Order: sequence, then structure tokens, then C-alpha cells
Amino acid sequence: MGLIQEIDYGTKPANAETLVSLTIDGVAVSVPEGTSVMRAAMEIGTQIPKLCASDMLDSFGSCRLCLVEIEGRAGTPASCTTLVAEGMVVHTQNERLGRIRKGVMELYISDHPLDCLTCSANGDCELQDMAGAVGLRDVRYGYAGDNHLDAAKDVSNPYFRFDPAKCIVCSRCVRACEEVQGTFALTIAGRGFDSKVSPGMEENFFDSECVSCGACVQACPTATLMETSVIEIGQPEHSAVTTCAYCGVGCSFKAEMRGEQVVRMVPYKDGKANHGHSCVKGRFAWGYATHRDRITKPMIRAKITDPWHEVSWDEAIAHTASEFKHIQAKYGRSSVGGITSSRCTNEETYLVQKLVRAGFGNNNVDTCARVCHSPTGYGLSQTFGTSAGTQDFDSVEQADVMLLIGANPTDGHPVFASRMKKRLREGAKLIVIDPRRIDLVRTPHVEAEYHLPIRPGTNVAILSAIAHVIVTENLIDADYIRERCDADAFAHWAEFVSQERNSPEALAATTGVDPELVRKAARLYATGGNGAIYYGLGITEHSQGTTAVMALANLAMATGNIGRVGVGVNPLRGQNNVQGSCDMGSFPHEYTGYRHVGTENVRESFEIDWGIKLDPEPGLRIPNMLDAAIDGTFMGLYIQGEDIAQSDPDIKHITAGLSAMECVVVQDLFLNETAQFAHVFLPGSTFLEKNGTFTNAERRIQRVRKVMTPKNGYEDWEITQLISNAVGFPMNYAHPSEIMDEVARLTPTFANVSFDLLDRVGSVQWPCNEAAPEGTPIMHIDHFVRGQGRFFVTEYVPTDEKTGPRYPLLLTTGRILSQYNVGAQTRRTENSAWHKEDLLEIHPHDAEQRGVTDGSWVKVASRSGEIALHAKVTERVAPGVVYTTFHHPMTMANIVTTDYSDWATNCPEYKVTAVQVSPSNGPTDAQRDYAELGRRTRQIEVAAAE
Amino acid sequence: MKIFVPRDMAAVAVGADRVAAAIEAEARARNIPVSIVRNGSRGLFWLEPLVEVTTASGRIGYGPLSEADVPSLFEQRFFDGAPHPKCLGHVDKIPFLARQARFTFGRAGVIDPLSLDDYRHHGGFKGLESALSLGGVGIIAAVKESGLRGRGGAGFPTGIKWETVARTPASQKYIVCNADEGDSGTFADRLIMEADPFMLIEGMTIAGIGVGATKGYIYLRSEYPFAIRMMQQAIGIARHAGYLGASIDGSGAAFDIEVRVGAGAYVCGEETSLLDSLEGKRGQVRAKPPLPAIRGLFGRPTVINNTITLASVSFIMAEGAKAYAEIGYGRSRGTMPVQLAGNVKFGGLFECAFGVTLGELVNDIGGGTHSGRPVRAVQAGGPLGAYFPPALFDTPYDYEAFAKKDGLIGHGGLVVFDDTVDMAKMARFAMKFCAIESCGKCTPCRIGAVRGTETFDKIIAGIEPERNLALVRDLCETMKFGSLCALGGFTPYPVLSALDHFPEDFATPPLRHAAE
Ligand SMILES: Cc1cc2nc3c(=O)[nH]c(=O)nc-3n(C[C@H](O)[C@H](O)[C@H](O)COP(=O)(O)O)c2cc1C
Ligand code: SF4
Ligand code: SF4
Ligand code: SF4
Ligand code: SF4
Ligand code: FES
Repeated sequence: MGLIQEIDYGTKPANAETLVSLTIDGVAVSVPEGTSVMRAAMEIGTQIPKLCASDMLDSFGSCRLCLVEIEGRAGTPASCTTLVAEGMVVHTQNERLGRIRKGVMELYISDHPLDCLTCSANGDCELQDMAGAVGLRDVRYGYAGDNHLDAAKDVSNPYFRFDPAKCIVCSRCVRACEEVQGTFALTIAGRGFDSKVSPGMEENFFDSECVSCGACVQACPTATLMETSVIEIGQPEHSAVTTCAYCGVGCSFKAEMRGEQVVRMVPYKDGKANHGHSCVKGRFAWGYATHRDRITKPMIRAKITDPWHEVSWDEAIAHTASEFKHIQAKYGRSSVGGITSSRCTNEETYLVQKLVRAGFGNNNVDTCARVCHSPTGYGLSQTFGTSAGTQDFDSVEQADVMLLIGANPTDGHPVFASRMKKRLREGAKLIVIDPRRIDLVRTPHVEAEYHLPIRPGTNVAILSAIAHVIVTENLIDADYIRERCDADAFAHWAEFVSQERNSPEALAATTGVDPELVRKAARLYATGGNGAIYYGLGITEHSQGTTAVMALANLAMATGNIGRVGVGVNPLRGQNNVQGSCDMGSFPHEYTGYRHVGTENVRESFEIDWGIKLDPEPGLRIPNMLDAAIDGTFMGLYIQGEDIAQSDPDIKHITAGLSAMECVVVQDLFLNETAQFAHVFLPGSTFLEKNGTFTNAERRIQRVRKVMTPKNGYEDWEITQLISNAVGFPMNYAHPSEIMDEVARLTPTFANVSFDLLDRVGSVQWPCNEAAPEGTPIMHIDHFVRGQGRFFVTEYVPTDEKTGPRYPLLLTTGRILSQYNVGAQTRRTENSAWHKEDLLEIHPHDAEQRGVTDGSWVKVASRSGEIALHAKVTERVAPGVVYTTFHHPMTMANIVTTDYSDWATNCPEYKVTAVQVSPSNGPTDAQRDYAELGRRTRQIEVAAAE
Repeated sequence: MKIFVPRDMAAVAVGADRVAAAIEAEARARNIPVSIVRNGSRGLFWLEPLVEVTTASGRIGYGPLSEADVPSLFEQRFFDGAPHPKCLGHVDKIPFLARQARFTFGRAGVIDPLSLDDYRHHGGFKGLESALSLGGVGIIAAVKESGLRGRGGAGFPTGIKWETVARTPASQKYIVCNADEGDSGTFADRLIMEADPFMLIEGMTIAGIGVGATKGYIYLRSEYPFAIRMMQQAIGIARHAGYLGASIDGSGAAFDIEVRVGAGAYVCGEETSLLDSLEGKRGQVRAKPPLPAIRGLFGRPTVINNTITLASVSFIMAEGAKAYAEIGYGRSRGTMPVQLAGNVKFGGLFECAFGVTLGELVNDIGGGTHSGRPVRAVQAGGPLGAYFPPALFDTPYDYEAFAKKDGLIGHGGLVVFDDTVDMAKMARFAMKFCAIESCGKCTPCRIGAVRGTETFDKIIAGIEPERNLALVRDLCETMKFGSLCALGGFTPYPVLSALDHFPEDFATPPLRHAAE
């Protein structure tokens, strides 16, 4: 097992169909038109020296090492900026070229520290390599000339350092920040010999616009920008390709290791979701895996008020099994259940639901995906026939108009945001529908064509208004609708949206958006070329979440924007494996592939494979489990890798429900919030310690590969298997690949998926079966999966959550880049440097009225409860709207959110709560009590807590 | 009674405004009705301020004047063309002017720069009319036939450049006039803009029609405030009269022009860096390809030409490509406004057909040095041009002939030095200039120019001169073939020419002291 070395071709591939033939050093080669001479040479294995070129970046032509001679052309053109031409004859090396290259290297080294042996890049430095490649033996200028050797280091960023003394001013970092990340945080300041890389206006990295994505570090050919971990540990010696465990983008990484120690995570260029890019979380925030807070030994306790005591795995498993058997004996078969995790692998999820259905004998399995994306599954399966987004991420490269609603990709899905920005810089247009002026509305070199700042909770209304314009101004794609969609349903819908009460003018009072703006945006989406819809939790986490998803699907069908590259309806999924956990049968009513438990032949196939009779009745959803617990009929819950006490709404309900149970088993890395109510704690493993697969937001199934031994002793799926065996349903998988084989065997949309296939082709997007042996990037190409696309009438029903004199402001919630969800991982990394606490964003006008100043404590009260946090006065939120994140448990933002939820799927309404804000002088009593509770219930007996 | 007093920046610098004021005051005092026309300069700088009056026999000139001369001028009735110690006779007959072939500068100093009537009266817009009737293909054919080559430095055939732009399909194309005129000792662009601004407007409009561009920019260096004001006013007047705008001269073709003031760096005159600067970025050189003709300003096909190139097009379209191509030398057709500067007796603009020898230009026309000492070197083609010794004065003024002697025509500048010049210092200065002006993008120039300067310091200080001279020659090869643009790539010309033609200045001992 060595270090995976990816070839750098120097320039990006050309995608022309026409081939051009040329001769390089006497070797004939044919490459697509538009290929650089440098890349063409690399295709035949000829490495032309280079320093400023990289195949992640546009060619730049600044280092001048790559010069070649071309017969019939004057001078020595740079091979990175010269494109191939038919019949070209290229010489990459001769005496003159050698002399010039040596001359260039001699200049570089005349302004470079001579400390290669102690340099962090030693062994992985392109400057070193090139000095060797050109045969530099002498620096005749000496080292006494003008130089940059005394330039001060910038160590402000916790994850990487900037040592400008080593900089060769190749601008790769600057270009990476612009072209790959799209943040434009870096510039070259000064001119000529004084040119130097500068974050912002001569700031340090931390204080600049830098979002710490690390693209510049990856691009840097020298030790100038270097990961702190490499500086501390040294160069890696082996690596494996794996998948990020944070968000639904699903970035592919090389985990570069030294023994079992991670040296660094390097985004994998062949990763089809990220193409070699990543964000700060995936690249840098893996330190939690070895954080001292991690629990590595199983623990049990009789009462949740008792301290924990450590036990052996045998004892913990036996205890769990006996408790569950005991509960079922006493309260009935349906009195126990399980919760699967959107963070764990597909295989682990599958196993938990199998344990519940086969081992516990009921269907009481659910997932926290309900917290975010069940409306997607339901809404899209009703309209199109599949519970997933319609495109791959690459599709955005051909979008002409993007309609972004209820998502904040630069924070939530940063790598995809970078790709959007890239396309927008190329000229695509953007419509943003969001109460907040999210970053994409205006960021360097990107500006949304239209921002519709709706009042929270009025998604469905604004989408009706847009549909109204499209239908009444006859901007529909009539041919498409005739060929592809259910005519009656369309007619019904068209009649509905055409009604005057759905016009932008009529709905202006509801949405708060200028009707003319709505009309313009509607026209742009309908007529601007390929229209692609991207949406996030701002759509689903509403009482009308499912309706809004359907409304989006309607818009796409009405304008013919489904079924080809560049269009589609795409959820930006929150957690790394939300899609996968839903696919794997995590719902109480569905087996894998969204097939109802009541469907006879489906159930039978499982019964035969598993050798056991299965319950045809759907089981309980999480809220029902909690209700049943309070009612005394649901007493045992196995929770794998989810923190429902933190991430679910209406925390009081959860607290009451969990407290009422007799055996709560929490399997996690840390003593999370839910563990306060647990009787058994089973330490889990990180993504670095297991094999398996994750499925990202584009339905892409990707491998997770084990690079270190689980600190807790077992991979998570092994723990589930131990429990299953102990409760009497035998499982004996030797490897997760066998679990995937079983999924494939039982799930038509996964029929062709196997670890072998994934190892071979990298990743596949389901459906992956006989019809699509290597997966399906774009869905619904010739016809909808459900046959005809179906329009749904989407009547706007105002949420019951209304503002009034007592609660005049609307609170919405969201996430920020550096933190992830409830922050269990990210808070245990240096990412906390960027986001120490959750803040309440409030408009200056509202702040002024309430005497709230920037940075002061404020109390936020809703019908459900109240919390206190610090205020941030900003115009990013509209007057009447306040906003916070939910990354810190102590904020307890969920105390104030209410228990209204989506009508179809019970997805909680996080996105809108009526609140009042007032000055305060510190945390509320509830927050203080909760902190105290946390301290008490996290006590561990024996000397385990270090 | 018309009296012409230049408002040219150089003339004003030597007192033209004061002279104009004195004339006005004197006329009022004497109750003589005069109308003062502030014309551009004729380009005879040693005679500025050069005041002209119209007489039946033609324009009579007086100069160089100061306000002290004014009372006596009136006394002598200069406004009737009467003799005076400062009287130069018929301006057209001043030998320096009489010997020229003023194709492009024919109106310079003659007309009121902002008078459309004057312009039309002197043949203005004739080129535009013929261009409108010929259409794009005809225009490009004519420009090709004229043999016109870029006057900004590289001497690239203008017609071919235009053809590339014309043939590249795009919804928007641009014409950019490079008026950054950064070469030391050059002033032809400025002179045109201050003396005959409508000609540049006409030339750019013709270019626009020729390639299908509707928008033009003039990138004008900030050191030229007079030209900036003049061009802005002229554009306003032309627009008002329908010569710019949605339908040029009623033709239905649209074209408009905007003046953009440059960022002040020499390298911003380099075309790709100029485009960056126009786009609001920090002027840095772009690698070619893509050529600006294919992906230029804002990524669109763009004609970028020097001021004189574009201005010359007006003449070519008015008088015919043949008239232009007829004169010249070898592949250098038409005329070049040679700009004589430095230590020269008659400094100024001399427009003539290609083919005169360097020696004729310096000695016969320029009259040798101003100091009266022997000429030792002439730097031709701006700061990146070679130093020619008198031994090479038989070189004809021609792109190819100069290239053969490792020299440049460039933008037509000639800077003369007498025998007190120290060529080692000049060679060092060439490196230093490159170091100061380098945009910093490419390695040979960014680091090379600094090392070059340092190495010359060593040579001048007598430190290992032989080894260091060899090193400088290697460096010159690296810079020449390695640099991304001509700033680094041409710096070896002045350096190597100094080394080759004046080796005695680099000899040691005696030990020299480091410069500066
Ligand atoms: C360092 C540098 C400075 C230049 N400065 C100017 C300038 O001031 N004016 C100009 O017209 N061309 C200048 N050029 C040449 C331009 O790059 C370009 O060749 C010219 O504008 C093209 O127009 P033309 O074909 O009409 O000459 C410069 C080139 C270099 C390398
Ligand atoms: S880390 Fe990312 S955002 Fe920061 S400077 Fe580097 S590329 Fe730009
Ligand atoms: S920091 Fe690295 S990537 Fe950036 S210019 Fe310097 S050497 Fe190049
Ligand atoms: S958190 Fe998301 S965007 Fe960031 S590296 Fe992981 S998968 Fe990629
Ligand atoms: S030669 Fe000098 S001015 Fe030209 S691109 Fe290179 S560094 Fe910039
Ligand atoms: S690799 Fe081509 S110039 Fe740097």
C-alpha cells in the first residue's frame, strides 16, 4: 500500500471531439483539439518541466520552465499555453532549451532559502524536483542579492501556515482561490520583484476573506503554504481513497497516512462529486477522531441519574439484549425500536433496520432524515417517481439559470457552491429566493440576477406566484408537457395557478416581495435556457415542505426543465448520508429502495432472504415513539449515530419521551445530548475506522475506506451485528461488502452495485442495475420514472406559526461553513476558531427598537420557550426576521422552535418560529439547568474520564 | 484676424499660455480685433511656442516666443506676416517640415483641433465616407493593401489583425486604442490627440465598421491630461454631430468611444496587460494564445492598435491604400512619425517614408547633438530598443533592416547621446528599468532584471568582470527567450547592444564605482 500519486497533466483536459495529430520528440500522438502541448506530451509520458501549471487550473504561463521548440515557429513558446495543431512537430529538450530552463531555475534558487533538509515539503516539493529535472548545479549570482528570505511567516490559520520566504510567486494559490474555490481572498500585492502573495489587503489569512478551504495549500508547489499537520508529522507514506463524512456533497479524499496516523486529507481529483476540491471541514476537521472527549469503552448504568460505569463489550451487548428482550416480554413486540443515522454508512444503516425488522420483529425504525429531507423523498416520488434529486453535480456546468431557494450553499454545501460560482462567472444567471441575503446574492465576481427576499414560511406562495406568471404569460413548454406529463393533472394545476389570487400582485402582501421582481424572475427561469433548481432545508423544514417540493417539481415540468443535462430539481442534502440512509430502508413503512412494507411480493423477498416472517404493518415514527413512551407502551430504543435530543425540534417532548423509556441505547463517538437519557452507551467508530459506502446528494454511492483500527474496538456495523446475534437473530457478515451484496440482491435500483464495481469505477449513481450497469447520472431522460410526470395543486396554507404582538419576529435557522450540524465533530476541532458560539442575527432597525446592540446578550422567546445568546446586528436579515445557527448544544435553539411539522412527513418546522427578542444579561434558567444536567449525567465512574 | 497659439502640452510647458494671454491683452490694448486659435503643435519643439498667422501667401510663423516678444510683434504688425527677428517665414517651408511626408500629421498644428468644420475642410471624414461605402470586407482589404503595420512597437500587419477579429464570431467586439505611449522620448500619440483628435475618432470608427465592433476605448495615460481633455471634448462634439452613436453619419452603423485613463505603469502599454487594466484588474500580462483578436477585452474579440496605427487608417481610407503603400522601404510601407529626442539639436516629430538612414535622421534632420559634442549612441525604439553606434548609421529605417542589426523601430523614438555617455551605466539602467517596470508575472523578468542590475553593479565595481559579463549574457538569453512579454524579452536589446558596440565601457581596470 503506497501513496496514491495522481498524475498532473499540467493543463485541463479539452473536451473537443476532433482529434489533432502531432509529433512530440519523434513520437506521434493524437489528442482532442484544444489540448495544450504540455498535456499532449504528458499523454505519452513526457514530463515537460513546469512549476506554474496544474491541471486543476487554467494555464497561466508565468514560470517559463515549460518552453519548447516548435518547428516553423519563432522563439520558444510555453507548452502550457500553446495549443496543439495538426502536424505540429515539437521538441521538448535540446541544448538551448536546457540552458534557458537552467537559467530560470538559477534565478529561482537565487531567492530561495537553502534549507531543503529541514523543510516540511522535503520529499514533496516541485521546486526541488524541477531543480533536479533541469540539472541545476550552480547559482552564479550568489545568495547575497536582494531576496525575500526574511519575510515573516503567517501562522494565523490553525490548519496551514504561510511562509513567504519560500514563495516562488507562481500564483497557483491565487488562481486556486479564484478558479477552484471562487473566494478571491488572495492577490499578488506589489509588482515586479516585490510581488508577493497577500490575503486581502495585506491582512493575515485568518482575518481575510479566506474560508480555509485549503485549495491554495493543495495548489502550492513548495512549502510556502503547508498543512500544519505535515509540518508537525512529516510527509505521508501511504494513502487510501475515502469519502468525507460531513455533508451531502460527498467529497472524495485521499487519506494520507503515516502508519495509523492521518497526516492530511487531500481531495481526490478523480472524485466525481468534488473533482479535487473540498471545504474546511472535510480537508481539515478530522481531529475529532482522536479527540480526548471520545468514548472508547462501552458503559452502562441503571438510571440516567447514575454515573456511567465502563463494562466489557460482552457485558454491554448481553445487557442490551436482555433489556430489550425483557421489555418486549413485558410490553409487547412493538415496545422497542431503532433509529438509523444519516452519518453512518449504507451498510450500517441497512443493518440497523434489519435488526429492527427481523431481530425485534416490528417496523419501528426511523431516521432523523425526517428532520430535513423526507419532504424531498415524498414530494419528488409523487411528482416524478423517485425520491431523489434528478441530476449529478456536473450538470451545473451546463445550467443557464439557477433557481436557488432555501439553501445557502456557500456555508452548507461549499464545494458545490464553488462549482455554482464558477458557472455563474461563466455567465449563467442566478435567482435567489431566501429571507436572508445569503453570500451568493453577492460575492466576488458573482451577483444574483434577482434576490426575492421572502418572508419566512411563504415558499409555497412565492412558487405559486412564479407558476402564475409562467402559465398566464404562456411561458410553459407545451410540447414537453404534452409528451411527458399527465394532461389532466396539468390542466388542473394550470387552472389553479392562473387564478388571480395566485398572482405575484395578489400574493405580495403574503410574500413581501415586489411583484415585478417575481415576474422578472419567473420569466428568466422559464425562458433563460437550461433552468436548474437547487434547494435545501429552507424548503423542507416547513409545515408545507412537501408542498413546496412539489411546487418546485411543477415549475420544472411546466418549463420542460427535467430530463437532460443542465436542468433538474436538486435537493442539497444536509448530512453525508441522508440520501443513503433513506435509500436503505430507514423508514417505518419502507424497505430499501422506498418499497412499502405492506407490498406482498417485496416483503416476501425479504422474508425469504432473511428466513423470517416480517411484520406487514408500518412501525412508529420518531415522534410517535416518543408519544408512545410517554404513554408507557414504548420502552426500548437503539439509536445509532444520531443526537435526537439536539437535532430534533421540541426538545421538551424529546426529553419527556426519552426519560420515560426503560432502556435507551446510544451508539456514538461522544457523550452527546441524547446520551444524557441513555442507559447503555456503545462507543462508535469514525469514518476513518470503517469500510462501507456513503450516498451523496446526487445519488452517488462512494466508498469509505478504513485507514485506522477502530479505537473503540469495532466498526459500527459489527456492533449492530453483535446485538442482533444476542437478541437471537443471527448475522455473520465478515465484511460490509457482503451487506452491500445483500442490498443489491434485494433492491432493484441497486442490483448492480458491489464493492468490486465501486473499486473499479470509483463511484456510481443509482439506479444501477441491468438497465444502467454503471449508474444513472441524469434521471427521467425519456420518461418519468413514474411514467407521466404529475402536477400537484399546491395551495398555500399559512403556517399556524404566526407573528403577533407578543411574538412579532420570525426566527429562521441555518448553518455556517465551519461547523457541521450540532457540531459534535467540528466543535472538537480547530474549526471552533471561526465559530465560537451561535449568534442571533437581527436587523439594525429591529435591534434599535429593542435597545439591542451588536454583541450584547439577548433573550429569544417563543411560545415554546426561551433561550439567550449574543446578538449580531446585520442587514443580511430583513427587518422582522431573525436568524441563528444551531451548532452549539448550549444554545438550545430547539427550545424555541415549535412542534408544527410538515403535513405529509412530519418534517419539523425549523425554518420559521414567531419570537420576541429582548435584551438580557446572560443564559436563561433553562440553559443553566441544562448545563447542570449535562454535567451530572455525563459523569463516568472509575478513572475513565482522564 | 486669426492667430494660432498651440495649446500642446509641450508648447504650454515652455510658455504658450502666457504668450496667448499676452497677445490677447496686447490686442485689446491696441484695439485690434484678433481671434486666437489654440491649435496643436506642428512638432517642431525647439521652435515652441510657435505662433502662426494666416496671410494670403500662407501661414507665417514666429518662434520660439516668450511674452516679452509680444509688444514688438504687434509693433511690427506680425498679424500681417511682417518681418520680425523671431519670424520663421512660411512655416511649410521650414526645412524640417518641408522635408516630411505628412500623411498622418498633415493637419497637426494646422487646424483648430475641436472644430469639425476645420476638420472637414481639411479632408476630415473623407476616409469614413469611403469606409462606409466599402463595408467591412472592403475596409480590411484596403488596410491590408496599404501595408500598414502596427506603430505601437511590434509592427504586426494591421489588416491581418483586423481580419482575425472580423472572422471571429461574437455578439460583441471591441476596438481599443493604445494611447499609453510609455516609451521615453516619444510623443506622437499625444501630438495626434492634441492636434487632430477627430482623426483618431475617425480611424477607430473605421476599424469598428471594418470588424463589426460597436464600442471603442481609448486607453490614455494619466500623464497626458491635455490629451484626455481634448479627446473627451472631441468625442462629445463628434457624438453631438452624429459621427458617433447609434447611427454614424446616418449610415445605420453604430459606434461609440470612451476614454479610460491608464494606471500609470509602463507595462500597462503591453496589450494584454492593458486589457486587464481596462477590465479593472491590476494590469498583468496574459499569456498568448488566446490572442486579443480572439479573446480580448472581457473575453471578446478585440482590435488593439496604437494611436498612430488607427489614425493612419483615416488617411489610407481617404487617399487610398495605394497612396500609402506607394512609399516606404521593403516591407515597411508608408510613413513613420520619427520622434527625435534626447541630446539632439532639432528635437521633434519627423514623419517620413521608411527607408531614410539612421544617420540622416540623426545628423541631417536632427542636426546632431544639442551639446555640439559628437554623437556616440542612439537608442532607437524606446527603452527596450538597441543602442546604435555611428558605425551603424547607414542602417535604413525599416523594421527588417533594424531587426537584422538586433534593433527595433518600435514606436519611432530616437534618443541621441553624445560622447559623454557611459554605456555600462546605460546597460545597468536597462536592467534597472526592467526591474522597476516588471509586472512580476514571469520569472526571467521578475528575478532576472534584479539579478541583472546587481551583476552590472559588480561589473562596474570591477568584481570578476569576465565571469559576470558571461553571466549577464546567459541571463540575456534566458530573458530573451524565456520572458512572457517584450518587457523582459527585449531588455536584452539595449543591454547586449551596449556590450557589443561599446565593449570599452565595460573594460576594467580602471576600477569604476558602483552607480547610484
Ligand atoms: C512593455 C510594453 C509596453 C508597451 N507599450 C505600448 C504603448 O505604450 N503603446 C502602444 O501602442 N503599444 C505598446 N506596446 C505594444 C503593444 O503590446 C501592442 O503591440 C500594440 O498596442 C499593438 O498595436 P499596433 O499593432 O497598432 O502596434 C507595448 C508593449 C510592451 C511589451
Ligand atoms: S484556503 Fe481557500 S479560501 Fe482561503 S485563501 Fe486558500 S483557496 Fe482561498
Ligand atoms: S504561495 Fe505557493 S502557490 Fe502561492 S505563489 Fe507562492 S509558491 Fe506559488
Ligand atoms: S463537508 Fe461537504 S463540501 Fe466539505 S469536504 Fe465534506 S463533503 Fe465536501
Ligand atoms: S516579461 Fe516582465 S513585464 Fe512581461 S510578463 Fe514577464 S514579468 Fe511581466
Ligand atoms: S508551466 Fe508553462 S509557463 Fe509555467
